[in-house]
Amino acid sequence: MGRKLLLDKANVPGIRGYEVYRREGGYAAAEKALKNMTPDQVTDEVKKSGLRGRGGAGFPTGMKWSFLAKPEGVPRHLVCNADESEPGTFKDRYLMEFLPHLLIEGLLVSSYALGSKATYIYIRGEYAWIPDILEQAIAEAKANGWLGKNILGTGFDCEIYVHRGAGAYICGEETALIESLEGKRGNPRIKPPFPAVKGVWDRPTVVNNVETLAAVVPILNIGGEEYAKIGVGKSTGTKLISACGNINKPGVFEIDMTISVEEFIYSDEYCGGIANGKRLKACIPGGSSVPILPANLLLKTVKGETRKMNYESLSDGGFPKGSMMGSGGFIVLDEDQCVVKHTLTLARFYRHESCGQCSPCREGTGWMEKILKNIETGKGKKSDIDLLWDIQRKIEGNTICPLGDAAAWPVAAAIRHFRDEFEWHVDNPQECLVRNYGLAHYADPLEVVTPA
Amino acid sequence: MVKFSDEKLKKVDEIVARYPDGKQKSALLPILHLAQDEFGGWLSVDVMDYVASLLKLEPIEVYEVATFYSMYNLKPVGRYIFEVCQTGPCMIQGSDNIVDYIKRKLGIGVGETTPDGLFTLKTVECLGACGYAPMMQLGKFFREHLTPEKVDAIIEECRQTAATNN
Repeated sequence: MGRKLLLDKANVPGIRGYEVYRREGGYAAAEKALKNMTPDQVTDEVKKSGLRGRGGAGFPTGMKWSFLAKPEGVPRHLVCNADESEPGTFKDRYLMEFLPHLLIEGLLVSSYALGSKATYIYIRGEYAWIPDILEQAIAEAKANGWLGKNILGTGFDCEIYVHRGAGAYICGEETALIESLEGKRGNPRIKPPFPAVKGVWDRPTVVNNVETLAAVVPILNIGGEEYAKIGVGKSTGTKLISACGNINKPGVFEIDMTISVEEFIYSDEYCGGIANGKRLKACIPGGSSVPILPANLLLKTVKGETRKMNYESLSDGGFPKGSMMGSGGFIVLDEDQCVVKHTLTLARFYRHESCGQCSPCREGTGWMEKILKNIETGKGKKSDIDLLWDIQRKIEGNTICPLGDAAAWPVAAAIRHFRDEFEWHVDNPQECLVRNYGLAHYADPLEVVTPA
Repeated sequence: MVKFSDEKLKKVDEIVARYPDGKQKSALLPILHLAQDEFGGWLSVDVMDYVASLLKLEPIEVYEVATFYSMYNLKPVGRYIFEVCQTGPCMIQGSDNIVDYIKRKLGIGVGETTPDGLFTLKTVECLGACGYAPMMQLGKFFREHLTPEKVDAIIEECRQTAATNN
């Protein structure tokens, strides 16, 4: 059993309510921080922990906090990014639904460290029942003196508000989120200026993911140095992985980042193996944007080493032969799945979610979807595969925000590793309508072909 | 004339108070949700103009936001909206079959509403329930691990609720 820091109390009956959460040791981190530490000491502790942003980018949280500008007389804000929308990712939902006080405590400690007297939780609109849960937790925390004015007699004031989005993946990008919080369309801003200098209402702002802010609680409880000892290298602490697709036990798991991908997929503690006795074909290990990997490159790196569930190991081999930890959305495909069709659904997703600001993304995502639809339905040409490659390359790096890259990478990786499956669709326009390509050689340790 | 009840107007003030003075535009998304729930499940131009007047905004500021976010309906919808997710993880678990089943069962296509005004079918992109696929959103909540039998039960449940409330 791996160590659990976030979900260790998830199964305690009544943990959603204040009384039980408090009885189980809740708000000890808040008490410790507010009574015995300065805001800078809290930030130092987070720095020492090596905690990296859990939303997808993996940027060191303590460093992000230290960039926050603190001009005299200008309010600063912490904004919690609960716009979880990356296909395959549903871990923040779990935290908010079942451990709301853990998030509220994390927000309180972080708000204290950053000097945010008004902190906002920006939650995706579709999680429509969760604001009630969060607002209940906020009301309970306030009734017990953890929020409001002069908390614990320290002179620190803090309020937390829930702000519901309305259906836009792009609002998970921090500057789009800020625009949306200001009541505008979710169009990402050009950086610089960075939110740390000029964020919501032009005030210095830190935007952190739900899981990141929840992790601040165990960091304060056990100490940053102790937290940093869990895991390996720059992948410290524990990480929530939401696993889905063709596995026996889909769900949210907390792992310490030393376990192997193979153990994660096949052990009964986690995914419990591939469903229906099928064989593993491919996996997208970190949310839909990260490169898909065929089974042969997933379990072992190109050097033949065991691939582990951590930031470094998952990206070992770079984009040609590796992937990314991303948001921890782990999507497993068995031998019966069609990579072309799966890629088509992702292309459609990104076309739907493109904000339309930048031409390469606005036009390119729709174009890729059309071509993929043709290939999937047996109307494609060989040259379409090269055209797709060309389009994705022209989107990547040429947009204001990373949505363009996120749309390009799944298509690039699918062609890179599964080009023969695309070609089979083109060569067998009738057959591809009635059956899937199958496992082919993807489970064998074959050399991977990288298109020029 | 479109107007919130006094109770809802109090709620509007409460939402506006969450944001700094003069930044009432920040309340736009939450207030549009409130308006959509209150005025028949969609946002007519009258409703949007009313929200603009409440928040002291130009109507265009409301239109441009309402047209950007997928959860705001800009034309009338049925009383119950089946929003079926069809992105990768749901597709793997057979969301296409669920969409087809609902189409046959209700006799409508995607984006259409049944003649009795009860049901609208929509396909949506990833709702964050990938481990519990296939799924759909129905009102405030998710309905997960869908099967044709579950869909039947949900349709029946909606019909019953509608009959009781009429």
